[in-house]
Amino acid sequence: MIELLRTYGVYFLIGQFPHGPLGGLALTVLLGAAALVLAFPLGVLLALMRLSASAALRWPVTALVYVVRGTPLLMVIFWAYFFLPSLTGQKTGQFATMLAALVLFDGAYLAEVVRAGIQGLARGQTEAARSLGLSYATTLQRVVLPQVFRNMLPSLVNQFVTTLKDTSLGYIIGLQELSFVASQVNSQVVVHPVAIYGILALLYFALCFGLSRFAYALERRAARVDPEFRAANA
Amino acid sequence: MAQFDFSVVTTGEFRQWLVQGFLLSLRLTALTWILSLPLATAVALARLSSVRPLRWLSTGFVEGIRNIPLLVHFLFWYFAFPELLPESARNWLYDHDAETVCAVIALTLYTSCYMAEDIRSGIRAVPVVQLEAARTLGFGFLSSMRRVVLPQALRIVVPPLLSQTLDLWKNTSIATVIGTGELMYQAQRVETASFRGVETFGVTTLAYLSVSLAITAAAVLFQRGFPARPT
Repeated sequence: MIELLRTYGVYFLIGQFPHGPLGGLALTVLLGAAALVLAFPLGVLLALMRLSASAALRWPVTALVYVVRGTPLLMVIFWAYFFLPSLTGQKTGQFATMLAALVLFDGAYLAEVVRAGIQGLARGQTEAARSLGLSYATTLQRVVLPQVFRNMLPSLVNQFVTTLKDTSLGYIIGLQELSFVASQVNSQVVVHPVAIYGILALLYFALCFGLSRFAYALERRAARVDPEFRAANA
Repeated sequence: MAQFDFSVVTTGEFRQWLVQGFLLSLRLTALTWILSLPLATAVALARLSSVRPLRWLSTGFVEGIRNIPLLVHFLFWYFAFPELLPESARNWLYDHDAETVCAVIALTLYTSCYMAEDIRSGIRAVPVVQLEAARTLGFGFLSSMRRVVLPQALRIVVPPLLSQTLDLWKNTSIATVIGTGELMYQAQRVETASFRGVETFGVTTLAYLSVSLAITAAAVLFQRGFPARPT
């Protein structure tokens, strides 16, 4: 195990970098973070459309959310892998393919989180803001969304954990992220699969468990300082 | 773009591959579900137990499994776990469809730790006074459970369990990485052999969606028929 870590430890963490493309754990974190950052505005937009008074906005988005939630992520990845090139007219790398699939998938999930957050907020907040003469847009921007975002912070960290776990599917389309790197090490070493897949599992565990505890601490803190959060999430 | 011809994948040999995959995905889901429910219940009870070692063990089980991607579980059980077995057991495994056996092990462990958390919060959501009140009225322990506690707990637990079932159905697709012949594996096989990507993935997506939407509909109907009551 020590010998394995000495030989392949750096490869696990950053892939062939700096002599080749970035890979390993660093690529996993980078992909997960990029996906979540890009999915966030999409999720807010989809949530606002789902809550819109106009049926023409509401229906397509509701259908999209149901379809995405009913389809395995792997299926979305295959669609992206085979059809992004013919859509965009140029070769799409594995990173871009995974990113596109994850942004769509996370966007649909975050839309539900944001929607629940907006619906969970006391109606009096919107009514008071509108009575004071604020427009719909200003009410959202200054009153509703800031409270929703603060309340959903723990869910957002949990979604990041889910996204990090989902990046492992990049293995299937040959993206050099952590799982792929571990499998390559395994096919070179051959005789230590238990140790290699054990190291792989431990790396994911350290990352995801740490973040889960962080989300839990955020939840506790929010419940302590804000009784309304406690009521909304009870 | 070329004309689409769905008959290529809805007839003959390709259709047969896809149907086989679909049936195996359904079987994987059913078998995993049946194995997960008792395991999850046991883990949930251990998490709520007053015996400290039981609580540590079950917490370790849940945290250890859900913080590792399902893909890694598949890789571990298929590529690493057989090496830990004595030779005779290993040969038995390879003679008995190792891809499916390992997929069921990985899926069962992964699913049961999520189900355990749902069952645990369901049990905790029924106030202890409900049991105490039933006992005071003269019900025995078993009939208080059956008539008072469980009907309330089920209303709370069934919707999240259905949502876990939906996740399980979608998660069976990841078993393709170890070569289990389920729907996603067969879809890739058909795509490679027929060069009909849109048709193959279109039909496969519809197959996944049909079962997913049926599960979602069941959850909606249940919540309409048996809404959780405020206690």
